[in-house]
Amino acid sequence: MTTTVSAPAEVPLTIAGRPFRSRLMVGTGKYRTTDDMVRAIEASGAEIVTVAVRRVDLNRKNAEGILHHLDAGQYFLLANTAGCYSAAEAIRYARLAREAGFNDFLKLEVIGDRETLLPDVAGLLEAAATLTKDGFRVMAYTNDDLVTALRLEEAGCVAVMPLASPIGSGLGLVNPYGIRTIKRRLSVPVIVDAGVGTASDACVTMEQGVDGILMNTAIAEATDPVAMATAMRHAVEAGRLAFLAGRMPRREVAAPSSPTQGLLG
Amino acid sequence: MLRVQINGESREFDAPASLLDLLRSLDLDPRMVVVEHNRAIVRRPELASTPVHEGDRIELVHFVGGG
Repeated sequence: MTTTVSAPAEVPLTIAGRPFRSRLMVGTGKYRTTDDMVRAIEASGAEIVTVAVRRVDLNRKNAEGILHHLDAGQYFLLANTAGCYSAAEAIRYARLAREAGFNDFLKLEVIGDRETLLPDVAGLLEAAATLTKDGFRVMAYTNDDLVTALRLEEAGCVAVMPLASPIGSGLGLVNPYGIRTIKRRLSVPVIVDAGVGTASDACVTMEQGVDGILMNTAIAEATDPVAMATAMRHAVEAGRLAFLAGRMPRREVAAPSSPTQGLLG
Repeated sequence: MLRVQINGESREFDAPASLLDLLRSLDLDPRMVVVEHNRAIVRRPELASTPVHEGDRIELVHFVGGG
């Protein structure tokens, strides 16, 4: 943390009883080089770092495994079920991920549509219920719908992760009202996942009062990923501080900032 | 010889073989991969004592970059 201002009433982000040092979580996909990835993640200040489960490439051996590049002691590895289109598939991937032996947290994705990568709500709820019963701490990637978010919380999810906009779109926060509603109604942490394109998007998202943001493409596809990761770290801190500070009301008329008394006659 | 499917590829190994033998012959570090044997996860301590049979379907997975 580089912030020297003490945030009013700030407490660390805590998920399932575990405190985390950053409200920014980052993915590890799509970087042009592994060196870019390692340096960008470092610059982001993130503790939670997502990874995917895939087949080992038998012809390339261990070369592309992420644990050869990322220090698993320095980060909290959060496995995802990206690429899964059914509850059964997501459950299979989740169990394989847990067997890797890092933790029992999971970023659950059950995708329902290949073009938009929007979630399959029915599959998501089914997988969330099964995995929770199986001891997983499920963080569920979902849309910006309140009722789905409530059902995920009821199913035992330890965090709910509504999108800002579709995965990899960089469109920013398209439904601030929906996100604020979810945050207001849920007790578990609300982490906005997907859609952030640049630092202002991250700042505006945090100003809605959500508990954190998970992003990947915005950093990985920036011309300079390390600089963008640094910008995102500041934006998440700035947005969080602005939320805690409490913004002034919006007015549709001007209100002078300088005294109206004492003007020359 | 026994023929098995690993990650969708057909491969031959000297019989008899355990899952650990398979990993070694593929030059894979057992600490870096998770093994699914005919759809059931096999924990690391059991790899050496789990025999491989003709026609088995084996998935070897690990963590890669993802969001």
